[in-house]
Amino acid sequence: MLTVFMTKAKAKIEHLGDSGVDIVESSGRLGVFLFNTLSRLWMYRFPLEETIKQLLFIGARTVPLILISGLFTGMVIALQFYDTLIRFGSVDLLGAAVAMSLIRELGPVMAALMVIARVGSATCAEIGIMRNEQQFDALDCMAIDSYHYVMLPRLLAAIVSVPLLTAMFDTFGIGGGYIVGVLIHGVSDGAFLVGMADTIVWNDVWMGIVKSFLFGLVIMSVCLSKGFYLHIEQKQSGAVGVSQATTQAVVLSAVLMLFVDYIVSSLML
Amino acid sequence: MTSSNKNIIEVNNLVTHYGDRQILNGIDFSVEKGEIRVIMGGSGSGKSTLLNHMLALLTPTSGSIVIDNVDVVNANRKTLLKLRQKMGVAFQGGALFSSMTVGENIKLPLQHHTKLDEHTIDIMTRLKLELMNLAGFEDLMPSELSGGMLKRAGLARAVIMDPKLLFFDEPSAGLDPVTAVELDELILKLRDAMNMTIIVVTHELESAFKIADRITVLFDGEIAITGTVDEIKNSKDVRIQNMINRRARDEHLDADEYIKRLTTGKN
Ligand SMILES: Nc1ncnc2c1ncn2[C@@H]1O[C@H](COP(=O)(O)OP(=O)(O)OP(=O)(O)O)[C@@H](O)[C@H]1O
Ligand SMILES: [Mg+2]
Repeated sequence: MLTVFMTKAKAKIEHLGDSGVDIVESSGRLGVFLFNTLSRLWMYRFPLEETIKQLLFIGARTVPLILISGLFTGMVIALQFYDTLIRFGSVDLLGAAVAMSLIRELGPVMAALMVIARVGSATCAEIGIMRNEQQFDALDCMAIDSYHYVMLPRLLAAIVSVPLLTAMFDTFGIGGGYIVGVLIHGVSDGAFLVGMADTIVWNDVWMGIVKSFLFGLVIMSVCLSKGFYLHIEQKQSGAVGVSQATTQAVVLSAVLMLFVDYIVSSLML
Repeated sequence: MTSSNKNIIEVNNLVTHYGDRQILNGIDFSVEKGEIRVIMGGSGSGKSTLLNHMLALLTPTSGSIVIDNVDVVNANRKTLLKLRQKMGVAFQGGALFSSMTVGENIKLPLQHHTKLDEHTIDIMTRLKLELMNLAGFEDLMPSELSGGMLKRAGLARAVIMDPKLLFFDEPSAGLDPVTAVELDELILKLRDAMNMTIIVVTHELESAFKIADRITVLFDGEIAITGTVDEIKNSKDVRIQNMINRRARDEHLDADEYIKRLTTGKN
């Protein structure tokens, strides 16, 4: 009995290292991937046309989702803050509280989550299928650089559009807060708006911009590289491999995004 | 070096691995300019592996690969890019980009590597589509094409830059006999009209005998024979006779051993 337990425990311990090696390997790959992609910025001409195409896909088509989720997020946090603030008799702070939490924290994080759901998963699946169907081999053989032609435009589009989407999320969120606070619960609209304008300083906005910029970078590079390295990282090939890679990409980009969120907050607060 | 002038491809003592498994065991392989060379061999014998190494998509364990006087194993990126503009590759499934129309796929190399204006590019694209019997399909998406059409579209893309060297993986696999014959004719036409050197990987004996100048047969990661169609047909090698006469591998099997293999999964 004891020996069985010992062998099992030993096997477990022996394999502890494996996942460690996996983590180191895949973060190494992510780093190399990011470096290769960004290095194409000065190695080739700027991929303007492709980037605009991707901006349309990543940015423009995500707008409706961002607007709706922004509105509801703003409404629900206004409701929660109202319920808390009224106990202290300070509902005048509602505008400031809603705007502050949106601009610094919720806006970037929620917008990033929406981008992961709407764009990250689709991108990873698309790239993974391209890998499966030898489309990257074909690009190599045509002497067309995959990093320059496929990866860079998507990365740039994400870096540009996530901050913009975040700004829209914030705006609609504040609008939602205004609806709940001022129109539904009768907080004075002067207090709501002036309180907000007085409290928010440039540093808060700057923090939101830095975060959303980094989120765009993290999300897109994880999702792209998970698809691109499908043939190396996934045990199964074919449809199963693509679905596993996509799941991993969504989970990893969400977790990394929150990690970066904490780092940036702690550095900037 | 006179031989390197005559041979456009020179592979010497190529050894390759996937992980720990050795796939090619020291292959010597050379192709002359203007030749149509067919690579044959059983499933899993390493044909695609050899092809991928010649395309510099994989790095060998040891050995050398020289294509058009370029050592592709040690070439830097720039040299490789230059070389690849002179090579065309038609992949087994076509490997067209699913987000672009057939026409956009085919003109992609021209847009990237030439300074021709859009109009000229369009004309050249249509020319190649005509050649492949695909006229009128340029605005369809790859998902709207049949398997045989995808293959021909892939071939159109491979030859759009008029390469010196064309690689073609399994041109006739999964095609109806008429289309397969058409594709063979096309390969011959490409060589005669443009003096291309063409490497074809195929399973189809009939097609191989029809198009090949010489045939190389791979078995288990080794070259069994390289020769003209007649030399292959007259070969005394049992494995090759089996292949030609479509006989199953006659493995001598002991009944006990067979039972053991089925029950334990081990030899
Ligand atoms: N990506 C890979 N990873 C690991 N092993 C591989 C890989 N690709 C091929 N192999 C192995 O290498 C050997 C040769 O494969 P290869 O694809 O070259 O065969 P092939 O001659 O092209 O066969 P087919 O006619 O079926 O296409 C096979 O045993 C296969 O299992
Ligand atoms: Mg093969």
